[in-house]
Amino acid sequence: MSVPQYRRAAALALAAGLGLGLTACSTKSDDGGTTAAGKVTITVDCQPVGSQQELLKNWNDDVAEFQRQNPDIVVKSVSVGEQCNNPPDFTARLAGGTVTDVFYGYMTDLQQVLDSGQAMDLTGFVTKDTVPTWDSVDPALKEAFSDGGKLYAVPVKNYSMGLVYNKVLFQRAGLDVNNPPKTWPEVRAAAKKIAALGDGIAGYAEYSAGNTGGWHFTSLLYSQGGQVLTPDGKKADFNNALGRQVLQNLKDMRYGDNSMGARQLLQWGDLLTNAGAGKVGMFVGAPDATQAIVSQFQGTFQDWAMGPLPGQDGPAKGTLGGGEGYFFKKGLTPEQVEAGLKWIAYQKLTPGKGQFDYVRAKPQNYPVGLPQPLLFAGGSEAQKQELELRKANANVDTANFAVFEANPVPIKGEPRNAQAIYAVLDAAMSGVLTNPNANIDALLKTAEEKVNKLLAAQS
Amino acid sequence: MAITTAPGITRTPGRPASPYPSGPRRPGLGRRVRDNLTGHAFLIGAVACFAFFSWYPMIRGVVMSFQRTRRGVTTWVGWDNYERILADPSFWAAWKNTFSFTFLALLLGYAVPFFVAIVLNEFRHAKGYLRILVYLPVMLPPASALFLFKFYAYDPSDAGLFNSILTALHLPTSQWMQSAEMTMPAMVIASTWMNMGGAVLIYLAALQNIPGELYEAAELDGAGIWRRIRHVTIPQTRLILALLAMLQIVATMQFFVEPLILANGTGTEDSATSVAYLIYQHGFFQNDLNGAAALGVIMLVVLAGFSAAYLRLSARQD
Repeated sequence: MSVPQYRRAAALALAAGLGLGLTACSTKSDDGGTTAAGKVTITVDCQPVGSQQELLKNWNDDVAEFQRQNPDIVVKSVSVGEQCNNPPDFTARLAGGTVTDVFYGYMTDLQQVLDSGQAMDLTGFVTKDTVPTWDSVDPALKEAFSDGGKLYAVPVKNYSMGLVYNKVLFQRAGLDVNNPPKTWPEVRAAAKKIAALGDGIAGYAEYSAGNTGGWHFTSLLYSQGGQVLTPDGKKADFNNALGRQVLQNLKDMRYGDNSMGARQLLQWGDLLTNAGAGKVGMFVGAPDATQAIVSQFQGTFQDWAMGPLPGQDGPAKGTLGGGEGYFFKKGLTPEQVEAGLKWIAYQKLTPGKGQFDYVRAKPQNYPVGLPQPLLFAGGSEAQKQELELRKANANVDTANFAVFEANPVPIKGEPRNAQAIYAVLDAAMSGVLTNPNANIDALLKTAEEKVNKLLAAQS
Repeated sequence: MAITTAPGITRTPGRPASPYPSGPRRPGLGRRVRDNLTGHAFLIGAVACFAFFSWYPMIRGVVMSFQRTRRGVTTWVGWDNYERILADPSFWAAWKNTFSFTFLALLLGYAVPFFVAIVLNEFRHAKGYLRILVYLPVMLPPASALFLFKFYAYDPSDAGLFNSILTALHLPTSQWMQSAEMTMPAMVIASTWMNMGGAVLIYLAALQNIPGELYEAAELDGAGIWRRIRHVTIPQTRLILALLAMLQIVATMQFFVEPLILANGTGTEDSATSVAYLIYQHGFFQNDLNGAAALGVIMLVVLAGFSAAYLRLSARQD
């Protein structure tokens, strides 16, 4: 082939390749998830990433065992990195139509998923026959994933928030490790003592960026007995004495007592990095925050304990509860839906299997004994089984969570459009944590206006 | 100079004669495509890439800015998304920040590399090494460079790099990214440091194209360094200066990674929110892709306005 001919052929091949590539990009599989061998295939996301070796091995073992028990089902796992705990990644995949057949989402994602038109109505599919422990699942969680009487996701985890504290720093500061602060003035006093240890230690740390500030504002507001939205969900309801109290407490600790450390504008990983390094005395969090501190931020379980969320003058009037579940992509065949439910039932909702395989988790660096995932209703058969297994295989000191468990605070769900509202409320939190002259009334008023506009636009 | 080849036909020296017979009719499109098949094949690839990755998303964005999707149903809503975006209290803060950043980046990010290039150009020895040193920060991924600033240089405690220097000089320390007043200058300083290397190299190339005789003549006329810069360097690099100014405006108005990493998004009370970040926030945090599209269109119009003004100005100058 002469040189010009060769160049021409190469150019045509390039153009054809590009054309084919683009065509391939816009083509979707239309095989209904059934292979020639009659097997049903489902794609499932949130496979642990490669760096989480033990978790990934557990997941792959679960897939292998599930497929052995169900030879007619093929589970294709997809690892989507940060998608499973990062709202922007999730939104991008949802908007791009690249979610898997069975896809993970927060409780707060329900409206967004419904708006995208990609959620399948699971009402008729989820029964005791397809998910054997379904009757034991807390009805409040089913409600959180329902809209207009229809169920759109299967809950797989639930949490409530409390006060996480570092026992080592408590001891060093002369505080009682078995008696965590029960009110915000007590938190303030303890934070001062811990911060007095110096060395850049924050007595109490708080979020104010990446939606986490608004998330915690909501929890702190619940502790005061407040609510983010009016009961009809149409107006903001935090520009009041309770909202002011939340911000005033923080401002007093940050600038009155100087007990919250120098670095602010923290988001999820920032605070936990500091906590893992032993630089945080207390923070508001769910039990699994300690797990993240250990598995991702080089902390140790023995250092951490948890009490209930403090109230202003006594026990907290409420605490934030939230959780996660699995949605099903619209357009799946009934066989795929059933296969997906079988997989979730196996991996997420069966005591002794998957996420509840405590015998397997015990020797691994994975906590057993945390008062989580609070998935099954109190007194239900599944809950009894799960608690027994958890107790028998605990590898963390359950005494560290005894105060939290013995003093339950009423759990309140997240507001409608939670992530959007949290993004707005970040500004109020960052305002009081970074500006000594912050005007709390003005911050709340601005946030209220923004939230009301946002709600009006969403209605 | 034109060379006469035949009565009535002229051609410019160096330009090949047309392969087609002379005459009023041009060959048809099919013939022209066939004759340049290789070129057109490459063109198809480029056009397909632009169409798929640039033009289609742009057009889709404009369409989306007039739509709203609820429960999977998309409806036309006219200017609703634009009205909502304009009513967002962060909208004007974001534009103010964006213009401030652009202005400061022009002052600092435009002048400093030019000055550095002039200084480098004056060196007789070790030019190559110096260029590598200046260019090194460009090789760092932007996220890594900004994390260096965030965690070490701009640490608001007394242990922070800049605060340590300020303390050593007996000057008051700063809260850096946690101070509404310092957010913007701090972002511009980091951005300038990150991007300076590329601009310096372009300026250097332009400076080295200036004929040495011009400087010699200026020196003979008694011109000092400042007069040489003013009367020789700047006029001779006028076009490249104008081009880089335009690129600088367009690039800095889209600043995004600085607020995202240095200020974790908005900074304190919207002090770091840029228009590009606001688009991201609407689209990916507020579940408002249509509002994000409307804001994107507004930004496109503004940037197109700047580009058109630049083209017009440069056309006039030429």
